Amino acid sequence: MPTSEDYQGQVPAWCPGCGNFNILSTVKEALVELGIEPWEVLVVSGIGQAGKLPHYMRCHTFNGLHGRTLPVATAAKLANHSLHVIAVAGDGDCYGEGGNHFLHTIRRNPNITLLVHDNQIYGLTKGQASPTTAQKTHTKIQPYGVLAEQMNPLALAISQDCSFVARGFAGDQGYLKELMKAAITHKGFSLLDILQPCVTFNKINTFKWYRDRVYKLEEEYDPSDRLKAFEKSLEWGDKIPNGILYKNERETLEEGMPTIQEEPLVRQKFSIKDVKHEIEKFY
Amino acid sequence: MGVNFLDYTLRVGGEAGQGLATIGGALGQVFSKIGFHVFTHQDYMSRIRGGHNFYQIRFSDKEISASREMVDILLALDLNTIEIHRKSVRNEGFILYDSEITKKKFEEPEFIDIPFRKIALDVGKKSVMANTVATGAALGILDLGLEAFRKVIRKAFKDKGEEIIKDNIACAEAGYHYAHTNCPRCEAFGVREPEYRKLMLIDGVHAIGMGAVMSGCKFYSGYPMTPSTGILNYMASRAEEYNLVVEQAEDEIAAINMAIGASFAGVRAMTGSSGGGFALMTEGLSLAGMTETPIVIAEMQRPGPATGLPTRTEQADLLFVLYAAHGEFPRVIFEPGDPKQAFYLTNKAFELAEKYQIPVFIQSDQYLADTEWTYEKFDLEHLIYNDYRLREKDLEGVDVYKRFKYSSTGISLLAVPGEAGKHLVVADSDEHDEEGHIIEDSETRIKMVQKRLLNKLPLIKKEIDPPLLYGDSSPKIVLVGHGSTYGVIKEVIDTISKDYKVAMMHFSQVYPLPERDKFDYIELLEKADLTICIENNATGQFAKVMRAETGFEFSHMILKYDGRPFTIENLKEELHAYI
Repeated sequence: MPTSEDYQGQVPAWCPGCGNFNILSTVKEALVELGIEPWEVLVVSGIGQAGKLPHYMRCHTFNGLHGRTLPVATAAKLANHSLHVIAVAGDGDCYGEGGNHFLHTIRRNPNITLLVHDNQIYGLTKGQASPTTAQKTHTKIQPYGVLAEQMNPLALAISQDCSFVARGFAGDQGYLKELMKAAITHKGFSLLDILQPCVTFNKINTFKWYRDRVYKLEEEYDPSDRLKAFEKSLEWGDKIPNGILYKNERETLEEGMPTIQEEPLVRQKFSIKDVKHEIEKFY
Repeated sequence: MGVNFLDYTLRVGGEAGQGLATIGGALGQVFSKIGFHVFTHQDYMSRIRGGHNFYQIRFSDKEISASREMVDILLALDLNTIEIHRKSVRNEGFILYDSEITKKKFEEPEFIDIPFRKIALDVGKKSVMANTVATGAALGILDLGLEAFRKVIRKAFKDKGEEIIKDNIACAEAGYHYAHTNCPRCEAFGVREPEYRKLMLIDGVHAIGMGAVMSGCKFYSGYPMTPSTGILNYMASRAEEYNLVVEQAEDEIAAINMAIGASFAGVRAMTGSSGGGFALMTEGLSLAGMTETPIVIAEMQRPGPATGLPTRTEQADLLFVLYAAHGEFPRVIFEPGDPKQAFYLTNKAFELAEKYQIPVFIQSDQYLADTEWTYEKFDLEHLIYNDYRLREKDLEGVDVYKRFKYSSTGISLLAVPGEAGKHLVVADSDEHDEEGHIIEDSETRIKMVQKRLLNKLPLIKKEIDPPLLYGDSSPKIVLVGHGSTYGVIKEVIDTISKDYKVAMMHFSQVYPLPERDKFDYIELLEKADLTICIENNATGQFAKVMRAETGFEFSHMILKYDGRPFTIENLKEELHAYI
């Protein structure tokens, strides 16, 4: 069985007090508790403070480009679906630059987990608005306040029938771990949006701000009810629901591909002699 | 016909949606099945219906490699075709048309009025079979029999049932006999059948696709864009048979990132697009460069800038592909001259991509993409396949695996994540250490640049074959081309070589340029009186690469940038200005 030690990576270069530390330790604990070994996990990330997370773990890692996490993760899963593929992104990374990929990965439904560190601000580039920044928030480059509507990633995901839609909070690690384990073991594309305060650049959405507002979904909440889930996803303000808002059992992208049912693509042997007859089709 | 061997050209013209590709494609197959060498090319507009398109088929008993301007038979499916192409019909030639469709009767002797639509309705009970009637009529004029066409019909309609096949064959026969009995001048035509030989008929995109399949490519991602879509279609059509994964990406950015993700995870991967789509891929290209992830990219050119001429041809992306993406990293660019070269160079692209862990380009264009050629065979014994991916047993004895370990060759071990035992594979778009983790110190940066770029470059250069010299071995005139101009320059050399000491020098492996130790092509060029670089672009991009890399300057350039390929006649005419 793996231990937390096995997942020990480099020393993080995040600001002291950053919500990312909690997410990092929670991912490691979740994987350990699920009995998944480091060499069975591929963590794919883009750019931003969240994008650095895989370096602070020990597992297979692909740290690619800003916003491009999901195409890399999807293709890696198609090439080797025996790997647990976890995509890690920030709100700007995933919902801004990577918005198109987010939308289409929901449609494809690969069996991968997406963890979004949602701090409602651009941290790495020092404090610009992100798609989830509240309207009217002032930043250096939004002198009139943010004019665009705040994005609601959970509502968007539910509207597209995303296979698993959940929200967690970096300030409640115990519950976050439960959600992470559920997301990783869910069959299909699972979105876990994690409220994660940026202690340096976001002075509004602080740990206290979130703590005063988040609440866990009631025991009797039924995540299979899509309309109810949509209603829940619109709740934002004085009360912010945490938990699994929605899940379904859609066929995954890999299940729909007959060519990888018997063996992951990466294990299939190739020999020129097996494909040589192709040329006969051109006579 | 002005040549001492049999050489005919047939042009089928009409509106988009009239079935030109069906007729043209069928005729190409019929001639190659009879044993003729065939060369076809297509000229089409960017629209689904209407406009004017044509499909040209040249067939001969000798090897041919380009299109002619003048035609022997014009098969006109509308009046517009007659008006546009009438001047291109040779004196001895024919124009087949249906006066009911054109609503105009032509009395000149070259015109043969054949009621395509009426015959189709009478015999096949469907007007759509007018195309089959027309194809049969063309064969009737040539008196070539219908056996090969019957086979083509059976193959084309095998999923549509016996009745459709029977009706189409009946229409073909009716068209054939009508043309045969209503063509008083046809006897003078005298087409003789060639000696039978089994020939394959293949175009550029299929050759690239087949090259990829036979190189072990298992993953193809792309976003549809003319003229690269053919590769995506081909790969998807073969997915089931060869266990491929083919994904239509949401955009070209996703397409190249997917290819990189699949390759990182351990399978051979490819993506393709045209210039505008490739523009979006440049970010991903530098990611492949930094992470040393092997990928093959097909860049199928069409005229730009922006959307340009979507369905036409040009060779104007060479400098773009050469300099695309930020930062410095090694890349290889191949520009095949014909489908056979496209096939082998795709294979070599996979070999070099995997061996050196770099991006390799197959750069071609609409002209070659859609151009069909005949060959007796491709020699499959020459295909290369080495598996450079390492798994658990390959890594026995390796204590700590480091994905980017320094080496004198610059090449580090390429392990497959999850298949390499407990070894972990880490890759990063940031500058990284040997293990793959982010660094910022100058010492590691220098070592990584040396490993990734400087150590690999001289080894990659040694893999590049010299240009092909065709014609005189110590020529006074050298016509230099790259990529798809190969065929037309070759035929021009054939027709003028009796009068001049002339040769073609053709580059299909354009970057890095070949070394000069095996064949000093620069010395040969320097000794010639005239060196003419022939390119399908407005600025002479290959000539610029030659000057930048070797200091050699061509004496002249022939540049064509109207969106159309060179034909034998117009290249010869251009050459007359210099020789």
